[in-house]
Amino acid sequence: MAGANTHQAKTQFGYRRHPDQDRAGPRPAEHPVVIVGAGPVGLSLAIDLAQRGQRVVLLDDADRIGEGSRAICFSKRSLEYWDRLGVGDRMVDKGVVWSVGRIFHGECQLYQFNLLPEDGHKRPAFINLQQYYAEAYLVDRINELPGIDLRWRNKVTALEQRNDSALLTIETPEGAYRLTAQYVIACDGARSSLRQMVGAEFAGQVFEDQFLIADVKMTAEFPTERWFWFDPPFHAGRSALLHRQPDDVWRIDLQLNRYADPVVEKKPENVRPRIARMLGHDKFEFEWISLYKFQCRRMDRFIHGRVIFAGDSAHQVSPFGARGANSGLEDAENLSWKLDRVLRGTSPASLLESYHVERSMAADENIRESTRSTDFMAPNSHQEARLRKAVLSLAKETEFGKRMVNGGRLSVPCSYDTPLSSPDADAWAGGPRPGCSMLDAPVADQAYLTDAFRKGGMDFALLSFSNGVAIDAPDGVRDIRIGGAGGLADPLGLVAKRYDAEPGTTYLLRPDGYVAARFRHPTRESVAAALSRAQGFN
Amino acid sequence: MPLSTSSNFARPDDAFRAIVEAHRGLTEEQSADFDAALVLILANHIGDIEVLREAIGLARRRMIDGQQQQQQQQ
Repeated sequence: MAGANTHQAKTQFGYRRHPDQDRAGPRPAEHPVVIVGAGPVGLSLAIDLAQRGQRVVLLDDADRIGEGSRAICFSKRSLEYWDRLGVGDRMVDKGVVWSVGRIFHGECQLYQFNLLPEDGHKRPAFINLQQYYAEAYLVDRINELPGIDLRWRNKVTALEQRNDSALLTIETPEGAYRLTAQYVIACDGARSSLRQMVGAEFAGQVFEDQFLIADVKMTAEFPTERWFWFDPPFHAGRSALLHRQPDDVWRIDLQLNRYADPVVEKKPENVRPRIARMLGHDKFEFEWISLYKFQCRRMDRFIHGRVIFAGDSAHQVSPFGARGANSGLEDAENLSWKLDRVLRGTSPASLLESYHVERSMAADENIRESTRSTDFMAPNSHQEARLRKAVLSLAKETEFGKRMVNGGRLSVPCSYDTPLSSPDADAWAGGPRPGCSMLDAPVADQAYLTDAFRKGGMDFALLSFSNGVAIDAPDGVRDIRIGGAGGLADPLGLVAKRYDAEPGTTYLLRPDGYVAARFRHPTRESVAAALSRAQGFN
Repeated sequence: MPLSTSSNFARPDDAFRAIVEAHRGLTEEQSADFDAALVLILANHIGDIEVLREAIGLARRRMIDGQQQQQQQQ
């Protein structure tokens, strides 16, 4: 498509023959981890595992980064993860930072929301960045790291599960070869072929209404905010979304009816007048046009023998809420430390089951939120439309009406009810409870708690608030001390506030930045017990 | 706090009358719109999801009982 050629040229990758393909004898090459699919999830997972010292083979059936902007909204949580992978700054520098959204009904603004209303966080609520940039930066990072063997135009065509490994048959431009992996991670997207190979269903709901995505290039004065319309004057009776991306590209999403013909609707000459009506001019070029239906589905189990599913291959949601790519990245950060420990033999293989437990909880939450947004945007019956109309009209004058208007609830990290957590034994008035994601706060000028967490490595950490007595962290657990001699400063008091801390308060953080346990008065024994539980020893 | 089904209005006839009168002069369509808004306003005022669910359950049970009675009469 016009305008998209420039980035395609620089993100074309060559197929290269690998010695695994020339291996003599009956035994194929053996690898600890093979990741299938070099999208944002597979690339991030490969980097994470490599940073932990694992050797990773990453296979992709294409030889270039996908066309179109596709996922564009990356959450604070994803940015914090990418910081740990060494690509956060690049993403944020290129991306468009935003936190404010506005919802309109007809010509009137109903309300506006701020997704990060407080200061003292390293990362913004969201950046918008075309998926092809994110993928290109991740590939660049992979090229800096030892241990990742990225093979383009390697398509998995068959899978055989064995007791302690999986045998893959891989098709290349120079013929097929085989290799075995202790674990195969399927990050091969919503139409996952590995999912078919394990014979798993992808059950859920397909919504009838169709949506048109158009990315247009133009210079415009709109602010960097997410604008959502119900029944706008330029697109009567339906919804519309406008969102800014880097390079003067704007994402426009228009709801069409369920009978619209995709072939006809996708033609630029038919899209152009719709967009011109919305913008009030036609001084724009198309970057990408796509038509889709909402789908909300998930696999029943994310682990099938030696194959583990992550991202869209495991669960798919409608796009209003930025829950697709972001939840896939959360899958990657949840899985990588567990897989690393299991491969090293420092945790039992059953630790992987907690990946399924935690991430299917998140998938259910994302599907629930996404289904509710979809039903609000495209009511299923006359009565649903009537209730929506009532909400929209009440929103003009009541706060509760505004809060019921659902133009997409944007992704926040899920809280896990998980066997890895140790329940609270003390009294807490706030702070992240076990199973919740850690919170950021400033620890010095221009430095944040997430920096301190990231810099010490990728392992468990004990976040403690000084009481003058140093608490020894168990072996292999890092110390992050707030206050006291040699501890980090809490210049604004926000760390203590956000963690409901008193002197002596201690949080045990998992390698993915989730809280495993917290204590008012930790003892060596209580911390050791919580650590053991979080590492999968019951 | 469970759903209260004891009589809460000092003058229940006034409450019933107020709702009936609000529908006077409305078409079927307008009445349905009005009811939708009223339900949402009252639900928010209650502000307790368990009470709301109980109320929904009671309303649905009455509807099903009503249908069964109708079928028996036929």
